[in-house]
Amino acid sequence: MQHERFLSTRFNTTEFQDLGAYRKAGGYETAKKAITAMTPAQIIDVVKASNLRGLGGAGFPAGMKWSFIPKDNPNPRYLVVNADEGEPGTFKDRYLMVHDPHRLIEGMMIASFAIGAHKAYIYIRGEYIRPADILDKAIAQARAAGVLGPKCLGSDYALEIVVFRGAGAYICGEETALLESLEGKKGQPRLKPPFPAVIGLFNCPTVINNVETLCCVPYILERGADWFSKLGAEKNGGNRLFCLSGHVKRPGVYECSMRVTLRELIYEQAGGMREGRTLKAVIPGGISAAILTANEIDTQMDFDSLKKAGTMAGSGGVIIMDDSTNMVKALWNAMQFFSHESCGQCSPCREGTGWAFKVVSRMLNGQGHKNDIAALLHASRNMMGTTICAFGDAAGTPGVSYIQKFPKEFEERCTHA
Amino acid sequence: MPKLTIDGKEVEVPKGTRLIEAARKLGIEVAHYCYHPGLPIAGNCRMCLVEIEKNPKLQISCHIEAADGMVVKTQSALAKQGRQNTLEFLLLNHPVDCPVCDQAGECKLQDYYMEHGLHDPKFDDNKVRKSKKAFPIGPNVMLDTERCILCSRCVRFTDEITKTHEFGIFNRGDHSEVGLVPGKSLDNPYSANVVDICPVGALTDRDFRFKCRVWYLGKTPSVCTGCSRGCNIEIDYDRLRPHKKAGHDRIMRFKPRENSEVNKWWICDAGRYSYKLIDHGRLVAAKQSGIDASLDAALGEVAGLLAKAREQGRSGRIGVLASPDMTNEELFLVRQLFREELSAALAFEMAEPAGHKDDFLITADKHPNRAGAREILGTGLAKGEELLARAARGDLVALLVFHWDIAALAGADRLAAAARGAPLYVFATHENRTTYAARFALPVANFAEQSGTFTNCQGRVQRIAKAVEPLGESRPAWKILCEFSDALRLGWTHESAESVFAELSASVHAFAGMSWQTLGHAGATWKQGQPQEAAAAR
Repeated sequence: MQHERFLSTRFNTTEFQDLGAYRKAGGYETAKKAITAMTPAQIIDVVKASNLRGLGGAGFPAGMKWSFIPKDNPNPRYLVVNADEGEPGTFKDRYLMVHDPHRLIEGMMIASFAIGAHKAYIYIRGEYIRPADILDKAIAQARAAGVLGPKCLGSDYALEIVVFRGAGAYICGEETALLESLEGKKGQPRLKPPFPAVIGLFNCPTVINNVETLCCVPYILERGADWFSKLGAEKNGGNRLFCLSGHVKRPGVYECSMRVTLRELIYEQAGGMREGRTLKAVIPGGISAAILTANEIDTQMDFDSLKKAGTMAGSGGVIIMDDSTNMVKALWNAMQFFSHESCGQCSPCREGTGWAFKVVSRMLNGQGHKNDIAALLHASRNMMGTTICAFGDAAGTPGVSYIQKFPKEFEERCTHA
Repeated sequence: MPKLTIDGKEVEVPKGTRLIEAARKLGIEVAHYCYHPGLPIAGNCRMCLVEIEKNPKLQISCHIEAADGMVVKTQSALAKQGRQNTLEFLLLNHPVDCPVCDQAGECKLQDYYMEHGLHDPKFDDNKVRKSKKAFPIGPNVMLDTERCILCSRCVRFTDEITKTHEFGIFNRGDHSEVGLVPGKSLDNPYSANVVDICPVGALTDRDFRFKCRVWYLGKTPSVCTGCSRGCNIEIDYDRLRPHKKAGHDRIMRFKPRENSEVNKWWICDAGRYSYKLIDHGRLVAAKQSGIDASLDAALGEVAGLLAKAREQGRSGRIGVLASPDMTNEELFLVRQLFREELSAALAFEMAEPAGHKDDFLITADKHPNRAGAREILGTGLAKGEELLARAARGDLVALLVFHWDIAALAGADRLAAAARGAPLYVFATHENRTTYAARFALPVANFAEQSGTFTNCQGRVQRIAKAVEPLGESRPAWKILCEFSDALRLGWTHESAESVFAELSASVHAFAGMSWQTLGHAGATWKQGQPQEAAAAR
């Protein structure tokens, strides 16, 4: 399958970190057109028509999210970019921020204009020191050149962008925990409703978008909603950056249409499995997604198809495991992560992640009890769907799906009375 | 107003009502830990799960607002299972040290385990150990982080109610721990409320700890007398040891009692620990110049004196210093006896140093019934100091003092001068320098030992009830006043404070229409805009 690429075309150079190079290549022209010749409603309509989905993991239609900002709220509005990219197996936003920072700024400008925001934040994960520096420089350059500031690109529209570095908590990738952290509080998800579009950052209407989502926006306005939606699958517009990691020949970021299949990603894009190895399992969307076996990889990689396959597209982090993989250890790894990262707010997730980790640890040491599989399933299932945020679902999914797909490996380790 | 169905029963509630409150309106209690009607909603314990039709997942009833046509099931198998699962999680790392836990008996983990749990524990690992087991975090509160279920009620209380921000939850996941912000101590004036709102044994009262198992407590609804706010309380007394013995109080503790019009769910620490005054330093027998005397002799002397003064037409020279610490009923009998019958020289106020007050519950007026006294006796009366001066001048045939410690307020010299000029009879709950100086000191019951009503600073009439018997020879002042009326052959037939109140409400305008029953345990406010008795009297 041929993929018309645009997001990743600059990934082999750092030239476009510079504002001059970016503008020379036609940069900020789309934003200028949008903020001078279009109304916010027109922009939102185009983005809606493009079927752009939120590419951070939830896949919520981006245009729809923007339209939820109440028209009659007198408070200021904010755009917040979620650059926390914490889902294990995901590393696409880093490429965008490092190689095309002005694309993100241009997307932010258009989105901010569409929702009526004059201040935007980039919440970037603490470990991304270099990308944060690059963004800081790009913003300073844009500010100095009048691209940003009180008169963006010479228009009457004002926009300031602030880069805010997180402190490394996974939960701060959850949008409301991100807002709490951005407000200077402990990063813990908020109860919803109210949703951030109504009461968000500093109690003001707020839209939170992923880096990749916003980077798509300038292209959509430039080339049209129709072009974008046709690139992808039904109701899943455009391309997506897939982060392939694990036991393949060429791990890396691959930009493909949403119509791409998992099989194509593994065997064509990433060059197939390592020499002499066969595919055992694959996680299609970061470790929160349910695992698939080798004979389930013919599914298309858009949000809806993967949901139908019983898993999720998530953040686009595709983790490939070959036949050398110990599934108990893989689960142990996931549960160690989740028990470490649970924010501790809701009882089921706080207690359940720790419990599941203890059980898997025992299994890994070969000390599993006969009823440990039942206990692990019990803990995992009861975490799911009972918490404030989706972390409970994320933390419960691996346990349930690994045991379901690879029961033998677990049974072998649970023989003690 | 949305109309919804909960467990098959229809209910209509104001817009914005949460499901848990809508259910409560129907008498359905949904199990919960983090939810507290007086605190912002946290939604973190996940205990109050209910099933809502057309909703695929269980929802927390403390957060979801009631909507028109909603069909809610709190008792469906799914909802029950959901709550059981949550409870299992909450108990995973809980030490279950109930035998040595002070909360046992009033612990929501115990209650809900009996109600929702009863599961076989599947947990087969070591529990997470927290940093410290039990340690004081302020003058009144102990913290045991291992028992904590992290409902964050205490955090929200100190953030939103006292705004003192002592608590925080530190760390993450199952290593989360509640604790004090570095450098802080839990010593705000309302600190012990966190003990009441803590649903488990994590926060316990240093004062009450290990004194009594809660199932031995009797509970009587009453009103705090610490200031004029009249916070509703519950007097918890030891049912097994109702009589005072050396080193053992009868009253174990005060707990705040919810009253949305007065104190909401809270009480200040000063009020909470004022229970200690009930049994300490009491006047338990009549004293003659500080030495034990016969109560009958004392009562007889006062009654004889009153009768004689009336006979001789000198009853206007009887000085009576009543008190805003007396109940409405007692003040009414003072009015009937000393104003209507004897036309005695009446006062009930003295000059006092201004009391501490804050912008929440504590008021500057440290008497529980000044509003009632002003309403019943009027505001145009002389002050106590004038009576003292008259007594010192030899202008009075006797001075009767209720409750006031004159020595403390006016000084021992003025007290001595007054006592030299007229026989001084003091009716007091506690021994003090004034009772020592009196010709006779007569023991009266305090508010925990009798029924009656107080009127708080908002004009709200609230009932107190007898929790324990009057100590020693003490008896309620209203009974003593009735005995005097017998000596004067006034034909009073009061058998209880309730019957006095009935007469009070018939005679004093502000109390019109009120009855013991309509007051209930929440009290009732004087009708607004009606002429007050005091004004009418002037």
